[in-house]
Amino acid sequence: MTIKVGIIDYGMGNLRSVSNAVREISAEPGLVSDPEKLSDFDRLILPGVGAFPDAVTQLRKTGMDQALEEQVKSGKLILGLCLGMQLMCRGSEEGGYSKGLCWFDADVARFPEKLNLKVPHVGWNNLLPTKHHPLFRDLPDEPDVYFTHSFRVECNHQEDVLAWCDYGEPFAAIIGRNNIFGMQFHPEKSQRAGLTLLHNFIGEDICLKSA
Amino acid sequence: MLKKRLIAVLIVNNGQVVQSIKFNHTNAIHYDAVHAIECFNKWAIDEIVILNVARTPESRDQFADTVLHISEKCFVPLTAGGWITEDGYADTLLRCGADKLILNTAFADDSALVRRLSDRFGRQCIVGSMDVMQCEDGRTTVRVGRGKVDTGMDPVKWACSMVENGTGEIFLNSIDHDGARKGYNLPVLSMICHAVNVPVIAFGGVFTWDHLVEGLNAGAQAVAAANIFHYTEHSTRKAKRHLAAAEIPIRRE
Repeated sequence: MTIKVGIIDYGMGNLRSVSNAVREISAEPGLVSDPEKLSDFDRLILPGVGAFPDAVTQLRKTGMDQALEEQVKSGKLILGLCLGMQLMCRGSEEGGYSKGLCWFDADVARFPEKLNLKVPHVGWNNLLPTKHHPLFRDLPDEPDVYFTHSFRVECNHQEDVLAWCDYGEPFAAIIGRNNIFGMQFHPEKSQRAGLTLLHNFIGEDICLKSA
Repeated sequence: MLKKRLIAVLIVNNGQVVQSIKFNHTNAIHYDAVHAIECFNKWAIDEIVILNVARTPESRDQFADTVLHISEKCFVPLTAGGWITEDGYADTLLRCGADKLILNTAFADDSALVRRLSDRFGRQCIVGSMDVMQCEDGRTTVRVGRGKVDTGMDPVKWACSMVENGTGEIFLNSIDHDGARKGYNLPVLSMICHAVNVPVIAFGGVFTWDHLVEGLNAGAQAVAAANIFHYTEHSTRKAKRHLAAAEIPIRRE
């Protein structure tokens, strides 16, 4: 049976790239803008390109935040990509301060000035996995994936971090807790390594056991 | 560690990939842009930039359609631009599968548009393209409007103002180096790389793989080329082997 992947359409982000990648790994993508339709899907992806405050406003306005909350409680596997991962945190300092969905005990902050880095962090950088995990199946030890972001997630629980990436200093590249996952990079744009990560998320039972 | 990027540029005129020599676009290279993308995808390119160089804005719909088709098989970042003069068309290109927008003349004609797009989609979505050319008096200035209009502006000042207006990356092209096979405009590239805190992509003039190394050593975070990639099988793999031999950190498949 083909696995149905709901891609949340809340008016932000490049949904086509995500659905093209989902189709490429032989799953069935569907755009979902109606909160009541979330339960029709086996997996959910929360994509996102854009500014954090606008994205949160959109999610709240459409009632998608509440509907997603219910899906999280029901145990459905949900993956946030880039801004989507950041939205899963407590809040972000982008454009003032806005509260997020609060699924991870983590905050979103800009790369610090003191690191003297070119920001945004754009390009291919390697993952540094923290543990063996089904997500990393069939991948090289430190696969290169494509990042493009000015803000990063700072986790209060280090055990939520499944992979770090180094840009000036380590930051969280993949986070996971129970049935929710976030990737700061764009697996849909990370060629073979990215498609493998998506395949592992969609095709396997990767749920983390609660501690 | 962040890798240096190798970018293939597709210059598209009325649905065909064309060669560019000093901003004249005559020779069709591939009949079909989709075929070109399939090759690059297989050959370990890090990113693709697709530019609509048609002379009239009526080309917009056909170009968006090309973006739509190539995005289906493009699993690396895809940057698209040309004739983005309004918000609606930016939306269209993103909806068709572009990941980033590349704007050039808008920075001169309508910087408010650039700022709006940057606010809406984030700075990382905006690539500021700038074309420079040496004038008869020896100064190098920024040109807009497909290279036809001399702004008289200093490239470094222009680059800094593009960053202020919300660009997340700078795509630097040199009109007199375009298709001239003498490598990038290294002095201007180096000055801009030192002056701005966003990544700089070098473009225009690559004829040998060593030209890529020169661009990266001048401070570019990414090197781009068009014509050279179209004539050799597995050209991007060969380019990457050359970069790796020069001890430049790059992504290997």
